[in-house]
Amino acid sequence: MSTLEQMYQQVILDHAKHPVGRGLVDAPADEGHLAGESHQVNPTCGDEVTLRVDVTPEGAVAGVSWEGQGCSISQASVSVMTSLVQGVPLSEVERLDGLFHDLMSSRGKGLDDDDAEDALGDATAFTGVSQYPARIKCALLGWAALKDSLARSGALATS
Amino acid sequence: MTTTAAVRPDESGSLTTSELAAVRADFPLLERTVRGGQPLVYLDSAATSQKPQVVLDTEVDFYEERNAAVHRGAHQLAEEATEAFEQARAAVAAFVGADEGEIVWQPGATAAINVVAYAFSNATLGRGGEAAAPFRLAPGDEIVVTEAEHHANLVPWQELCARTGAVLRWIPVGDDGRLDLTDLDTIVTERTKVLAFGHVSNVTGAIAPVETLVAAARRVGALTVLDACQSVPNLPVSFHELGVDFAAFSGHKMLGPTGVGALYGRRELLEAMPPTLTGGSMVEVVTMESTTYAPPPQRFEAGTQMVAQAVGMGCAAQYLGELGMEGVLRHEQELAAEMLKIADIPGVRVIGPLDTADRLAVVSFVVDGVHAHDVGQVLDDKGIAVRVGHHCAQPLHRRFGVAATARASASVYTTVEEVAAFREALAGVRAFFGAE
Repeated sequence: MSTLEQMYQQVILDHAKHPVGRGLVDAPADEGHLAGESHQVNPTCGDEVTLRVDVTPEGAVAGVSWEGQGCSISQASVSVMTSLVQGVPLSEVERLDGLFHDLMSSRGKGLDDDDAEDALGDATAFTGVSQYPARIKCALLGWAALKDSLARSGALATS
Repeated sequence: MTTTAAVRPDESGSLTTSELAAVRADFPLLERTVRGGQPLVYLDSAATSQKPQVVLDTEVDFYEERNAAVHRGAHQLAEEATEAFEQARAAVAAFVGADEGEIVWQPGATAAINVVAYAFSNATLGRGGEAAAPFRLAPGDEIVVTEAEHHANLVPWQELCARTGAVLRWIPVGDDGRLDLTDLDTIVTERTKVLAFGHVSNVTGAIAPVETLVAAARRVGALTVLDACQSVPNLPVSFHELGVDFAAFSGHKMLGPTGVGALYGRRELLEAMPPTLTGGSMVEVVTMESTTYAPPPQRFEAGTQMVAQAVGMGCAAQYLGELGMEGVLRHEQELAAEMLKIADIPGVRVIGPLDTADRLAVVSFVVDGVHAHDVGQVLDDKGIAVRVGHHCAQPLHRRFGVAATARASASVYTTVEEVAAFREALAGVRAFFGAE
């Protein structure tokens, strides 16, 4: 597989074409839920994402919805992340965020940690992206939006 | 300073194959390979050009043989450094149709435009006395730019308006990517104090109708500021003939080093203009209470200058001058025609003029169903370097309803074969992403 094909894994192309969670959903008014929204822009290329997160009273992700435009890497990454964090407790979301950042710093080598890669699931498909320094920020755009929207929801302070 | 541009295109035509080969041999970087041993196809010269060996050698020679502080010191090295610095100014001035005293060294074109914008600010605050009256703004005064501007020729004017209460207006861009001059007379009016515009768009490649715009500005007594970054490297430019009041251009886009550029200003305007950066080197008499300023160009060259880069830029101007800018322009036009053939590839849309008249080989485009970044990545995989993004021209991209484009751009060393390789690779992009 060429490095280009390593970057554009089929799972990435599929998510780019059929994104999960695309289309902003109004935050539900369920009792005890917290909601946050974040808009993130990559100023060098104009990629952007607006992401909303809904957090249960128990401190787990109840749902993520988003709207965005940009390259296949940025859009697929938001989509994969949306699937990955559904129903996940915030402490685990924080761990996944750390693992994904580690993966993006791996220069194509991956994490060399089966448990960590199992936890990241489809997000390990972005290993190839980490060989291209200019594209890493594309893959991280959605994760930045999730982190910021969680912070804005106030859920991190209470969890 | 000597340059050794190996070729001189004949009077009638573009560069011949052998001339072009000789030019390419002057650029060491073009020999390298990328992405697994493939030849480099460098189509990003509008962002920054590659440098001929003679420019690199000139800069090294300065450091090895002549390095000293300029315009001070009575020792031999100081004399030689000053001479090299001022000869470079003369070379650049001759290359762009200006007098030596009308060329001010700047770190780049962005800095050059800011010097003019801040001069208006300072004059509005009363600096520069009566002489600076042409630079004074009052609320209700207007500054006109165009929708096609690079951020470097837009944001400084927005900021100037915010500081002074002046109002920013702009000439729109038509669907063909050229300036729409339909309402020029209602946009450029008696209220207009500055008309700032790009000579050649770094996105569409369109050459602006300078004569018409300068005439419109003159009718109402407005000063003109030309962003000449994309024109000076690629076509014959004479600021005196164009009749503009100010112009800005950078060294690194015209085969010269980074970190250096120039501001052109008509002599009497530079004489009247208050400085922006103040400090050493730009003064006459300094007391604890006040300071009088040196005449231009030194008035606008505060602090230690980028001497080696300036000397390199002078060498680049000489290299291009010896090559002959008429031939360079014809070469550009030939490459533009070759690049525009991408419009025939299914799903490819060119942003900008599709005809070769009044345009250079700067071609921005979108591929239906594939983001510009992804387009650029697939081309890069074939060793083809293009720019992706908004190219520091977000309003122009917004005008065409796109967030990003990919852009191919040429320079003197670009070949028809390289453009053909680019077209072939581009034709495979949609299939790679399964775009229907």
